Formats: sequence, C-alpha cells, structure tokens
Amino acid sequence: MSAAAPLSFQDLILTLHAYWSSRGCLILQPYDTEVGAGTLHPATVLRALGPKSWNAAYVQPSRRPSDGRYGENPNRLQHYYQYQVILKPNPADMQDLYLGSLKAIGLDPDLHDIRFVEDDWENPTVGAWGLGWEVWCDGMEVSQYTYMQQVGGLDCDPVAGELTYGLERLAMYVFGVDNVYDLPFNTAGVKYGDVFLENERQHSAYNFEAADVATLQRQFEDMEAQVKRLLAMKASQSLVLPAYDHVLKASHLFNVMNARGAIAVAERASYIGRIRDLCKACASAWVELETRG
Amino acid sequence: MPQLLLELFSEEIPARMQAGAARDLERMVRERLGAADLTFDSLTTHVGPRRLALVIEGLPAGQANRTEELKGPRVGAPPQAMEGFLKKAGLTQDQLVERDGVYYANLSRNGRPTPEIVAEMVDAVVRGFPWPKSMRWGSGTLRWVRPLKRILCLFDGAVVPFDVDGIESGNVTEGHRFMGSDHAPFAVKDFADYRAKLAAHFVEIDAAARRAALLSKARELCKAEGLELVEDEGLADEVAGLVEHPVPLLGDMDPAFLDLPAEVIRTSMRTHQKYFAVRDPKTGGLAPRFLVVANVAPKDGGALVKAGNAKVLSARLSDARFFWDEDRREGNFAKWLEKLQGVTFHAKLGTMYQRVERITALAREIADLVGADPEMAAEAAKLSKIDLASGMVGEFPELQGIMGGYYAREFGLEPQIADAIRDHYKPQGPGDSVPTAKVSIAVALADKLDTLVGFFAIDEKPTGSKDPYALRRAALGAIRVLIVNAVRLPLIDVFSTAVDQVDAQIDAREIARKKAAGGDFVHARGIVGDGKSRQRDLLAFFADRLKVLLRDEGKRHDLVDAVFALGDDDLVRIVARVEALDGFLKSDDGANLLAGVKRATNILKAEQKKNPGEAYDGEPAAAAFSAPEEKALGAALDKALATLEPQLGSEDFAGAMTSLATLRAPVDAFFEHVLVNDPDAQVRLNRLRLLSKIGQAAGRVADFSLISG
Repeated sequence: MSAAAPLSFQDLILTLHAYWSSRGCLILQPYDTEVGAGTLHPATVLRALGPKSWNAAYVQPSRRPSDGRYGENPNRLQHYYQYQVILKPNPADMQDLYLGSLKAIGLDPDLHDIRFVEDDWENPTVGAWGLGWEVWCDGMEVSQYTYMQQVGGLDCDPVAGELTYGLERLAMYVFGVDNVYDLPFNTAGVKYGDVFLENERQHSAYNFEAADVATLQRQFEDMEAQVKRLLAMKASQSLVLPAYDHVLKASHLFNVMNARGAIAVAERASYIGRIRDLCKACASAWVELETRG
Repeated sequence: MPQLLLELFSEEIPARMQAGAARDLERMVRERLGAADLTFDSLTTHVGPRRLALVIEGLPAGQANRTEELKGPRVGAPPQAMEGFLKKAGLTQDQLVERDGVYYANLSRNGRPTPEIVAEMVDAVVRGFPWPKSMRWGSGTLRWVRPLKRILCLFDGAVVPFDVDGIESGNVTEGHRFMGSDHAPFAVKDFADYRAKLAAHFVEIDAAARRAALLSKARELCKAEGLELVEDEGLADEVAGLVEHPVPLLGDMDPAFLDLPAEVIRTSMRTHQKYFAVRDPKTGGLAPRFLVVANVAPKDGGALVKAGNAKVLSARLSDARFFWDEDRREGNFAKWLEKLQGVTFHAKLGTMYQRVERITALAREIADLVGADPEMAAEAAKLSKIDLASGMVGEFPELQGIMGGYYAREFGLEPQIADAIRDHYKPQGPGDSVPTAKVSIAVALADKLDTLVGFFAIDEKPTGSKDPYALRRAALGAIRVLIVNAVRLPLIDVFSTAVDQVDAQIDAREIARKKAAGGDFVHARGIVGDGKSRQRDLLAFFADRLKVLLRDEGKRHDLVDAVFALGDDDLVRIVARVEALDGFLKSDDGANLLAGVKRATNILKAEQKKNPGEAYDGEPAAAAFSAPEEKALGAALDKALATLEPQLGSEDFAGAMTSLATLRAPVDAFFEHVLVNDPDAQVRLNRLRLLSKIGQAAGRVADFSLISG
C-alpha cells in the first residue's frame, strides 16, 4: 500500500473527497431526506437529466429498513454509507479515473485482481437503467459503475457516468476487518460500532416492530397527494425540487411499511408503480426546466 | 494478396456476449464483402474482454472491373422510353445492342479499391451491430456494448482512413490494462505484429487459447497438490471471456464448509465468484480449496488475491450455510407445501400447488403402469416442487430438485422418494442422464406430461424457434425416459387423464373468476379445442420429437411417419418397429418389395380414378386365378399373413419383416408376367384385389405410402 493510504473510515472518505475534488468534482454534502441509495440524491437522479454538464461527489447515508439485523450481523445494516460520483457527460477516461481512486485508497492493481464484471443496473422505482459493471477486487464487489441511459423513463443525453462505492464494505476490505462494528472510525480508537451500534438496534426494532402502519400509510398517501399538487401548481416558480423531496419521503415510507411486513405481495407492485409514476412526473418537470433555462 | 486487420477496442465486453459477437462480426463482414464481389482466402475472428478483432487473408487490392448488361425498351417503344433509358445508361442509341427485339446497354463499371469498400463496411458494421443490449456514452450518439475507444484498421499494412462518429481509424491498440510497466498505446504493422506485440503486452487474443491455457495451468496446479480440478465447460468459457491474461490461483476454503452438499458449494463458487471447485481423488469428495483465475500475475505471487477471494467465498458459503440450516428445520415441508399455494406456475394454469396436485394424480396412475409403488410415487410427486419455497433454491434456482432430494433425506423419507424428487426434472438436455428407478420414472414422466398437456390446453405450443416453456425439451425428455427404460405406456390413456384434470382446473378457475365479476359462469372456458383433438396434437408432437431423436441416431424420419400412421401410441413398440423396418428396407428384398408395394398402390389408385365406385378390398378368389405367378402370389400372401399376425402380436418385428420378405419374389414375378388389366372383367377385378391384398399385408407393418424411395 502507498504511504498515503487511509487508516480509518473517515480517512477513507477524506481520501475519496480529495481525489475527486482534484478531478474537478463538486464535493456535495448528503441529502437531508432518507433515501435508499446515493443515486436518489437529486444531485444524481435529477442532474443526470438535461443537457448541462455536471460533476459531483458526495457521501450519502442510505436507509434499507429491511436489511436491519439489530446490530447482530457483521455485514448487514439498515443504515450505511454510499460514496457517489457523477460525471456528466462521462469523460472518455472515466475507467482510468476510477482505477486511480482505488489506488488512492490503497488498492494497488499490481497486487490485487481488479475486474469489470457485467452488471445491468436498473431501478424500477425511479424508472432508471444503465449499463456497466460491478467492479471486483479479488472477487469482492467494491463498486458499481454505470453509464446511465435513462432516468424517470427519459433518455440521459448526454450520458452520465455514475460510480457508487459501498463505503463500509470497501473499508472492511481495505482494513482487513471482518465485523463492520470493528471498523476504525478514526485513528484515535473510536470504532464504527461506538457510533452506530445503538442506532442499528433501535432502528431495527422500529422498522420491524414499532412503526405504526396506519400512520405510515396515511403519510404515504399525503406525500403522494403533495407531489401531484406541487407539480400541478402553475406558480411563477417551478416546484419540482420540493415535489421530488416528497417522492423520496413516500419511497422511504414504503420501505418501512415493507420491512414492517405491512405490504402484501400483491400490493408491492402497485406501490412501486405509484412511486415510479411520481418520479417520472418529477423527471419530466425537471427536464422541462433545464432545457428552458 | 493483401491482408485486412480490424480491431474494435472497447471497455469490458460482457463475457456471455463475446462468442456471439465474434460470429456476428464474421457474418456481417462476409455479407458485405460478398455483396461487393470481393473474395478472400480466409477469415478469422478473435474476441476477448476488451477487443473484437478480425483478420482476412488474401483480399484483392480492389474490385475487378465489371460489365453490366442493362435491359432497355423494346424496338419500336415510344421515344420517351428510349430517351429515359439512354439518360439512365449515359449512352447514345448507337451504343446499344439489339437482341430479340429488345435494346440492351453494356455498361462497364470500374472496380473500386478495397479500402474504400472496407471503410464503408466498418462504418455499417459498427452502426448496425446486433448487441443483445447496447448503450450510448459521453455526448455521442453511437451505440456499442460499452464505450468503443479505438478502431484499428489496416489493409495491406496501411491504415484505412475513416471515422465512425468521431472515432478515427488508426494502427494503434493497447495491451493489458494492468500488466507490464508500459501501458502506452502502440502501433502495429500487420496481424503477426499485432498478435506478437499484444502477447508481449500480456494479452492473448485468442479465446480458445486463453481457455486452453487456463485449464491446463489449473489442472497442473491441482495435480501438484494431489488434487483434481472439477471440470466445468460453461465456466471455462465464461472465465476465458473475463481475462486477457489468465493466471489460475489455488486458494484455501475453510474446511468447516465441507459438510454442505457438494452441489451447493460448487454452485455458490460458480454463480457468484466464477471459481472452479477442486476434488480430492482420495475421498472422491470436494477438497477444501478453490481455483480462481486472476487477470494479472500479482507481484506478491498472489497471496493477497487468494486471501481476499477466500474471504469472499467464506461470506458466500456462510450465506449458503444459513439457508441449509434454516431449510432443515422441522415442519418446513408442510410450510413450504402451503407456500406453493401462493406461487403462480402460470396465470392460466394455476398455482404451483395445483400443478403438484395434478402431477401427484398422474404419477400415481403412471406408477401402476410402470410397476412402481403408487403411494411412493404419489408422495414423491407431492413433494417434488417443495424446494422451490426453500431459501437455498431461492438463492440458487439451478439447485431445484437437488435440494428437494437432500431435504427429503434429511427429513427421513424413503431413499426412493428422495431420489425421485432429485431426479424428476431429468433429463434436462441431450447430455443429461435419464432416471431409471421406477418411482423416479413415474414422477419424471408425470412432471413432463403435465407441463405439455397444460401448455397445449392454453395454446402455448412452440412455434418456429420460439419455445418459451421448453415443451420440446419436455417431450424429448419424456420420450427418452420411456425408451431408455423400455416403459410400455399407452400415451393416449395417460394424456386423457392429464387433459381431464388440467381442463377441470382451468374451468373451475374461469368459473370462479366470472362469478366474482358477476357474469355468466356456465359457459366459461379458457381452454383451446376439445380434449380429444389435443390428445391427437400431443401425439403428433411426440411423433415429431421422436423423429428428431431418431434422425439424430441416423434413422429416417419417413419411417417414423410410416409407423406412427398405424395409430400406435406405445413409443417403445414404435421404435422397435422403425428399427426392424429400417433394417428390412436396407436389404435387397426390402427395397424391391417397397417398390412392388408402391407399384401396386399406384395401379389401384389409377384404376379407381378411371372407374369411380369400384372397390378392390375384397378377398381375391383363389379359383379365379389363371396365371401360375398369380396363384403363387396368392398362396404366398396367405402364408405371409398367417405368420405375420402372431409375429406382430408377440412384437417379433424382425420375424415379421422376414415374413414380408417372402413376398418379394412372388410380387416381382407377378408384375413381370401377369397383365392386371385383363379383358375379362372378373379376372381383372380379382387381380386388383390381389394387389390390394399386397398393400394390406405390408400395411400391417407400416404405411408404405409414406416411405420415400
């Protein structure tokens, strides 16, 4: 490993920030609404659409209520971090840039076996798809690399390249740690578990046992109605961004209901369809705004 | 003669698409060169993770000059027609040639230089390439499987100049992404130079060579430790498409996982990680090792790569262990059976549970016919799909059946039942083995027949190359099970049971649906045609599959038709008859008798046409025979028929053919010496009846009119 290789979880994030910042990316902060993946941050899902160029990197806390294990599983979390890079249009040397980032965090291709393995990415709830790879390091998936072709059912033109690093998993690999809660958060002895173990316990209990289904359902309906209302308003100003916030909230409410076991198999598809329709409506409104402006 | 070298260099091409891409490239290039009248000596393609290449030897420098004859107007056609033609041809009237009252123009066309044609060809190939899935990138509009980076195109050592959507052709390529110290692009002169320089840059361009190299190195590594590689053709193909420089490494697996079923370990290794499993020849079981093929020779000899992969494998096998433990909990079978009620088999064919009910009834009936214990067959059938609800099969669908067999054993069921659950999907392809245990035979047949009957009922028969429910494979599988085990099954009877229960379930569902919708439910049917006609369709479908099977074994398909025409539905008997018939027709007697029978049939047909209303199927009167050949034939027919009946009854088809063979000489003699159309009407009719009797005797063995030759 090179001398500058990161020594802790926060170091890893700082290294990636420094790397992508020096390659011309805006370093953004996480979006302040619960999302299931870094892609859903408006900095990706909306900015991937429209004609303007856009280069950004950010950490996004991601919520997957069904993946909670009360802090008892060494690999699974209901809240974890994704590192997200979006480059639009994707530069011709994007693969090399990506490999440079792996080198920066200590994965030297002279010592490791790095592979681009076919993976067709698809996110039906936002009507998005792209082609690319899972990137493997010694058989382990360390990133998702996608050339986004469509979002919200609309063509991405130009095409945005998207990189997603699963930070905990990557860190566990880089630091040779088998249990996520043992990851060094900093170099002063604070572990990942010191920061997040209690959160995992409480949120798992909430997601699986305590969440109130009737309230969630009502809130979901409210959010859905708000998206439609906001997009329909012919205000002097477009309200697509607030509308999209409500889509994210609806999506998260659905995920919690799903974890809570409140969604019958037959209802699932219909919920996903409703969220997708909301998302598509926002995508169209966004593109209209971007092409106009 | 000059050489053409083309390389389309891109980001990583999915392994599963590479072989098809090489075939498509070859096909498209052949088509275009053929259309341009350019011939060549040889064409070879090469494909790998980052490049699709083609080399053609012996292309001419350009097209030959050609003369083309253009047909013009007739002599005396209106002047406007002539004017138009002359304009089109660019000639004057005195340059035209007249032949048979029509004017022709002879145009000489100059051949174009090959590079011009190649430039257009590459543009068209790249833009029209049929990738299963393609994408755009950057700000361009071009589509390729992943971003296309370079096009190398050399003809006779010189760059063919063109560009495709901004990608300029050149003589430059790149070597291995990681290996070596110099990653700069480099120029090449021709194919030999291309291949050699890429090899020096750690790229083997030939997929077959990569595959052979990785397998031989992998076997060597295993052998050095007294172990054996578990061969896997499909995996070897895939891995050869994932690496440009294959470096097999033998890693360690935690031996604690060896208590998992070997199929689970192998599937987990193959599906998720593309590893080969390793066998210990001393125990015959898997060794606690795995073989991974890296794309680089790591500087530390592979210690980090092996350790990293071992860790990932441990995580994967922990997941598998979790499923294995969870799946073996007491009471799971009852729970899973219930779960199948919520699993749709097909919207029109009900749930998996209903399918299991049908298979169970069918297996019970078939068990009686094949001498299996009907209760065991029914029990195995009832549990045959249960593993679809298990965690392991949810994770690895290809382990269906296999896991059911393991779990049945774990839950203390009879070994025959466990084996039948395990084997009832077999045979899954021409290379797969056929179950031979009686209970397994019953369930395997029930499974396939229910599939066929069900999809025929909802009109989802295969058409052309489309067979989404693999019905051809199901029929072929059933046929092989029957034939290999010499199972005598009256197919029509079994079809009839299967058809009735599928129809009843479809009806019930349709009625319930219409009832719920408040409509008329009395005449609700979602079924195609009546049951009897579907049984006939199914038998015909089996006949077609049997033809394919027998043709692959070198048998003539017209013989299958000739035997099927007798209306038999016992495939074992049908095959025995076809084989005896095939042998007979290859003999001199057989071939001549066939000709005789056909001649008799043709005469009868012709006479019938001339004399509508006449019938010849009556018994010829021996007293009315006058010619000795006629008498001899009559006697021979009586004798042959007398032996034929018991022979056919005891399925002594070789004997039956011998009986038929005795007819050859009398038939030949009859045709040589006897005039059928005797002026005496009685004699004529009697002779026609004699001819008809030849057909009847032959017809006991097969419908000779369907045999060609």
